[in-house]
Amino acid sequence: MTATLTGLDPGTVEDLISSDASLRRFLRGLPGVDQVGADARSAALATRSIKTTAKAWALDLAIRLIDLTTLEGADTPGKVRSLCAKARRPDPADPTTPPVAAVCVYPDLVPVAVEALRGSPVQVASVATAFPAGRAALPVKLADTADAVAAGAHEIDMVIDRGAFLSGRYLQVYEEIRAVKEACGTAHLKVILETGELTTYDNVRRASWLAMLAGGDFIKTSTGKVFPAATLPVTLVMLGAVRDYRAATGRQVGVKPAGGIRTTKDALRHLVQVNEIAGEDWLDPRWFRLGASSLLNDLLMQRTKAATGRYCGPDYVSLD
Amino acid sequence: MTGSGISSAFSYAPAPESRAVVDIAPSYGLFIDGEFTEPADGGTFKTVNPATEEVLCEVSDAGAGDVDRAVRAARRAYERTWSRLPGRERAKYLFRIARILQERAREFAVLETLDNGKPIKESRDVDVPLSAAWFFYYAGWADKLRYATGGRTARPLGVVGQVIPWNFPLMMLAWKVAPALACGNTVVLKPAETTPLTALLFAEVCRQAELPPGVVNIVTGAGETGRAVAGHPGVDKVAFTGSTEVGKAIARQVAGTSKKVTLELGGKAANIVFDDAAVDQAVEGVVSGIFFNQGHVCCAGSRLLVQESVHDEVLDSLRRRLGTLRLGDPLDKNTDIGAINSAGQLARIHELANAGEAEGAQRWSPACELPDQGYWFPPTVFTGVSQAHRIAREEIFGPVLSVLTFRTAEEAVEKANNTPYGLAAGVWTEKGSRALWTAARLRAGVVWTNTYNRFDPASPFGGYKESGYGREGGRHGLDAYLALDGLDHDGGTGPGLDHGPGVDLEDAR
Amino acid sequence: MSTERLAVRKTYKLYVGGRFPRSESGRSYPVTTAPGGFLANAAMASRKDARDAVVAARKAFPGWSGATAYNRGQVLYRVAELLEGRRAQFADEVRAAEGLTKRDAAGAVDAAVDRLVWYAGWADKIAQITGAANPVAGPYFNLSTSEPTGVVAVLAPHDSSLLGLVSVVAPVVITGNTVVVLASETGPLPAVSLGEVLATSDVPGGVVNVLTGRTAEIAPHLAAHMDVNGLDLAGAPGDLAAELETAAADNLKRVLRPGAEDWAAEPGLTRLTHWLETKTVWHPTGT
Repeated sequence: MTATLTGLDPGTVEDLISSDASLRRFLRGLPGVDQVGADARSAALATRSIKTTAKAWALDLAIRLIDLTTLEGADTPGKVRSLCAKARRPDPADPTTPPVAAVCVYPDLVPVAVEALRGSPVQVASVATAFPAGRAALPVKLADTADAVAAGAHEIDMVIDRGAFLSGRYLQVYEEIRAVKEACGTAHLKVILETGELTTYDNVRRASWLAMLAGGDFIKTSTGKVFPAATLPVTLVMLGAVRDYRAATGRQVGVKPAGGIRTTKDALRHLVQVNEIAGEDWLDPRWFRLGASSLLNDLLMQRTKAATGRYCGPDYVSLD
Repeated sequence: MTGSGISSAFSYAPAPESRAVVDIAPSYGLFIDGEFTEPADGGTFKTVNPATEEVLCEVSDAGAGDVDRAVRAARRAYERTWSRLPGRERAKYLFRIARILQERAREFAVLETLDNGKPIKESRDVDVPLSAAWFFYYAGWADKLRYATGGRTARPLGVVGQVIPWNFPLMMLAWKVAPALACGNTVVLKPAETTPLTALLFAEVCRQAELPPGVVNIVTGAGETGRAVAGHPGVDKVAFTGSTEVGKAIARQVAGTSKKVTLELGGKAANIVFDDAAVDQAVEGVVSGIFFNQGHVCCAGSRLLVQESVHDEVLDSLRRRLGTLRLGDPLDKNTDIGAINSAGQLARIHELANAGEAEGAQRWSPACELPDQGYWFPPTVFTGVSQAHRIAREEIFGPVLSVLTFRTAEEAVEKANNTPYGLAAGVWTEKGSRALWTAARLRAGVVWTNTYNRFDPASPFGGYKESGYGREGGRHGLDAYLALDGLDHDGGTGPGLDHGPGVDLEDAR
Repeated sequence: MSTERLAVRKTYKLYVGGRFPRSESGRSYPVTTAPGGFLANAAMASRKDARDAVVAARKAFPGWSGATAYNRGQVLYRVAELLEGRRAQFADEVRAAEGLTKRDAAGAVDAAVDRLVWYAGWADKIAQITGAANPVAGPYFNLSTSEPTGVVAVLAPHDSSLLGLVSVVAPVVITGNTVVVLASETGPLPAVSLGEVLATSDVPGGVVNVLTGRTAEIAPHLAAHMDVNGLDLAGAPGDLAAELETAAADNLKRVLRPGAEDWAAEPGLTRLTHWLETKTVWHPTGT
């Protein structure tokens, strides 16, 4: 509990990471999260009604927040190029449609994405560190990261070692994140907690703090390969963590729910949570992202509906 | 606090629920013997929308003669129809009513919000669904009563007089009417003066369900009408929810009679936050504990007892959270805080809040614009409150939280119990044994540990000490409407059994 | 010279807080047999004695209500054992007080002992009858349990000096309440002797407090006392009962109205449940 109260200066952090035991004491000393209460709060926020001008504003924001993602074994340069085109101009029929925040791909396809997005504001994000399981030796993970960065990735989405976390080897998780962060150089680091494997909100909060202490620029819910992925209450817990962390340290960390966010309704509910839990400072692509793929088309259809008053159909948006 | 219309990066645009679903007549009669009838002396009063002060309609003011007609109708229905009906048939009527409440949920929610001033999200998500649930729950008991009494014989009491408050108009009706009817009694119900409309719509539901005439009678009016209901010699049982002051008056009124009474009265509940609490959820519980329904809740957690070691952290979180509450148009689906129910209640809240300031407590409210029309009070937190302050002792029944501190669990319990009331309490700790230890020592009828303001038809609700007696909800809620053991104490076998056929429920299955 | 032994007469005092004080007022009143012969002087309790008794009962409440139900059952059963051992004495006193035949008096004492045993057995069962696990529609553990109301003032019946007394006091204390009982005005001596039994039993001082005196004088003070939570009007004369119930409304005491009772019959649950409050505790269930 003291963790969220008092400022965490570098010296304090130094003490925390002096041993597994002290780090464990700190993380276990964080206030608990009551699952039922968190779920109830999230459900209550989900009843917010976002209409008319607020909805139009939120639709555009949601598009700007998207990390348009393809992470399939079957991905090809063609697929990635097509996705990048969509990222730059999501709705060719309507030039007022903003581009998305980033395109997220596997490391080997980073060069393709960099090329396809050259001259656009859209960032290239790459998963790394033996995504999605993360079951590889540290040097392999670091090489994976360095490779993606060298290929031009602006952002790296790493996975934490959930096995180490669940067995209480917090220091190992911490040090791995530090090492990856170092390997990132100037690239932004998003730390994937894989909350579906952490199973409790207490663990989500602890892992969030661990990732933030280790220097992560973003904390991200999921790989998209494990379900449940980005549930509203998990995002709620992480939004509370970044809020508390900024209050304690002055450093702002971003949040990225990813996986399972498919509809406009899902996206708007996440935005409401950002607004009411972390605050409007986070309603910006620098601090909040939505990791998604099919979501974009749903947003575009809703956008068209808002503009024309008619419901749109899937034949009128591009399938990529 | 974000008033609707204030522009910010993500200001939710107005999202008003449509009023078109409700059809309010210019005036309403009394619902007696299955018909709407004019009051004998033609008296009426107006009911207003507290959010706008708009007059919604005129309502009849029932006099003693009208109440007498209603009681006679209820007696006839009890003797001729309802007490003779097998439990399974009573059950089906109640199931029907439950279904109709669900079908007409939108209409009830909007009407409740118009008449009461509460946010539509609460009438929509809490009041109306719980009202339907209450009828579903007690419907199922109607033909199973003999299993509910622990081997004791049980019979209906007869005619029940029920007087309900304005804070949850339909839900309080459901809490009262559903178990009374399930147990084989008939009802004369008086809704609150400022919120009669959903009860009158419920009368229409009774007709729609083809409930036999006289089983439910609804007499609108003010305190005088309530006194006439409670004092009528033909009433076998009085059930009242409201202020402790009126509850005591009713207890005196029935003294020396054989009337059975249950009272659900005021409270000054403590919400105890220990230093190991899940802070975010505790703050959320504190907020819903006192600001749900504008604090017009008898079990409102109006005293926050926070352990000194986390006082600042909890208060910081609380203030930040209150900054996100949205006060305004109750029909807007994003409104968190609606209107105060009446000018009179608003004056009382002002009076006590001013007393809090005068006694030296520090007053704080989030930045908040109040609408020009209607009755409004901003969410308010007093810190530096001591047990001796009026705002720590008296029920404010408004969105006003008094914050006190404690050092040890013993001290928390002592302070929590240091009140003539004993309705509810909250405990926030992640340590199971401490939660149970504390819950066991709190002299209150409902203890919410790591949650607050949860209600369910299966869960008994009611107080210790001056918060009243009797329980509503659950199997316990049946006791209030049954003569058990055939014993004479407690008005148990009063006129209810002598007047009517009053068959044993075992025979009535 | 005749050496006939002079009897040592017993002084009947009050039983308050585990001690046997005289009335602070210094008053007493003569108690007679049913036909009118002098039996003894009983203390005539005053308003202040009633106040002291309530204080004693309140002081004893946390400990007694906090004892385990098993323990309370054991303690009450021990009272039955002690009473059993003094059946002869009580039969004499009951016979004198109520004018019964020797056999009926002995029967009343036996019934009183049996009544104590019956109630002793309820100690750790009544909560299982009155409690409930409530299946609420949400992720919550929800349990209703019963707890004692607090301090209960009891006006013991006048016509049944021991069995009636035991029948009204036992259900109050077995459920964890503490009691101030005003003994039968006309037959108070068995009540004082019962106090002597209690004093030598394991019942903690203050759990049962016995006053003797004029019902019409003391009862209004008990009925109006703001630190009394319950009022049993079993021994209230008809005209007084309504007045007492009215006074009891000042702090919403739980009132048990007087009624025609057959003290010999099995009591049923009403007297147990009337002095219990239902507490419902909610807790979320999550990981």
